[in-house]
Amino acid sequence: MIDWQPLWVTFKLALITTVILLVIAIPLAYWLAYSTKRIKTIVEVLVTMPLVLPPSVLGFYLLLAFSPASGLGKLLEHYFDIRLVFSFSGLVIGSVIYSLPFMVHPILAGFSGLSPALKEASYSLGKTGRQTLFNVLLPNIKPSLLTGIVLAFAHTIGEFGVVLMIGGNIPGQTQVASIAIYDEVESLNYHNANVYALILFLVSFCILLAVYSFNRNYTKNKWI
Amino acid sequence: MDMIQFYLYKTLHAANGEMALDISVEIEPGQLVAVYGASGAGKTTILRILAGLTKPDKGSINIDTNSWVDTEKGFHLPTQKRNIGMVFQDYALFPNMTVEQNLNYALEKGQDATIVEELIEIMELRELRRSKPSMLSGGQKQRVALARALVRKPLLLLLDEPLSALDSEMRIKLQDHILEVHRRYKLTTILVSHDLAEIYKMADTVLVLENGKIIKQGHPSNVFFNRQVSGKFQFTGEVVSIDKEDIIYIVSVLIGNNIVKVVATEDDIKELKQGDKVLVASKAFNPLIRKINL
Repeated sequence: MIDWQPLWVTFKLALITTVILLVIAIPLAYWLAYSTKRIKTIVEVLVTMPLVLPPSVLGFYLLLAFSPASGLGKLLEHYFDIRLVFSFSGLVIGSVIYSLPFMVHPILAGFSGLSPALKEASYSLGKTGRQTLFNVLLPNIKPSLLTGIVLAFAHTIGEFGVVLMIGGNIPGQTQVASIAIYDEVESLNYHNANVYALILFLVSFCILLAVYSFNRNYTKNKWI
Repeated sequence: MDMIQFYLYKTLHAANGEMALDISVEIEPGQLVAVYGASGAGKTTILRILAGLTKPDKGSINIDTNSWVDTEKGFHLPTQKRNIGMVFQDYALFPNMTVEQNLNYALEKGQDATIVEELIEIMELRELRRSKPSMLSGGQKQRVALARALVRKPLLLLLDEPLSALDSEMRIKLQDHILEVHRRYKLTTILVSHDLAEIYKMADTVLVLENGKIIKQGHPSNVFFNRQVSGKFQFTGEVVSIDKEDIIYIVSVLIGNNIVKVVATEDDIKELKQGDKVLVASKAFNPLIRKINL
């Protein structure tokens, strides 16, 4: 009998991660696009790091940081009674960091692609930075926002290393589909592994297909 | 009325090395001032500093008794707080909004929206109000940009080479539009341009900028010509039509964009027919030629 829990955990994790990332990435990408501060380069590098680091490295450090024996983990457990290691909340934090570049980069590219005069024109009409962001900038980078959302979502679904390091493999809590597949194969349950794999494959395919068709239509009809 | 005074100093990194923009200007209210100069002379930077989009290294901007910039006190009024309208070189219309939405966006909180209707009328945008900017031609975009800049009824209208991308017919039409709103709304207008004819037609005062300094200023005719030109004029053109009026003939000649009517006798028109290239000259005066001094 197939257990649907891992799939449920996977999609819940991807959804929550994507929402959090969207909230974080818009101001971060805005700052990276328009700030002239030197520290920007360092921040840009840090945001991009999860792209090149092996997920196990990231997972390893998060494991150390979250551990109740270490500084941060101890602090959280002592004052807030939160234990991040081997918990769903810990997974969310890990995924947010791991998928950060996939959300930030497309939005950053969107902002950078806009003519600087758009922002300046809005300012010259007496509009604040916030009004300009929501009425002028974001509506004109819709394809970038969509790309960011989808890449972050899809990338979280595909996560393996980070989740394995900090989440463990607790069914119903931290066991995601990618790890469940690995598990099933190890115990030679090829049928179950196949079901998980096929579902992940189809879902990812459909999501990407939808995005590409939308962006193609948007570019074609954008100006009508 | 509000006298505009500014002193600006800024080091610019131009294509041919560093250059210091260093100017001091006083503008009477209601004037249309043209800033003329080669590209890279610092024209656009002046507009950007006035708009608050670029900070000067040193300087002050005073509108009547209000200070916009005073670097000695470290004061820099943000763009949003300055009562300006700006038309950008690439128009900067918001692609996600229709013409009407572009104009409505410029309304201040609680401002009466009738100004939008009025500007749509003046700028002849009625048919285009529901179009998105990408569907408009250069001249139409320009009219929308101008209308949008005027919605807030600015004190100071800043135009950054607004007509440089347009063909000559469109240019002339838009020059008239700019003059019309300049007078109607009693604006003080600063126009960056490198087109002598345009400046001659529109400006009360021209500032000639070279390497960041003002090398000449005054009325265009005094600045560009040493004295008023008179004398013989001679133009080539093409015969458009020949009409008989009583005992004389009127020959209409197309010179540039203008039709000039010339009186001719029966003998004169014997050799002429429609489409002929002709010379139209006035013989009464000696022609003068003057180098345009910059």
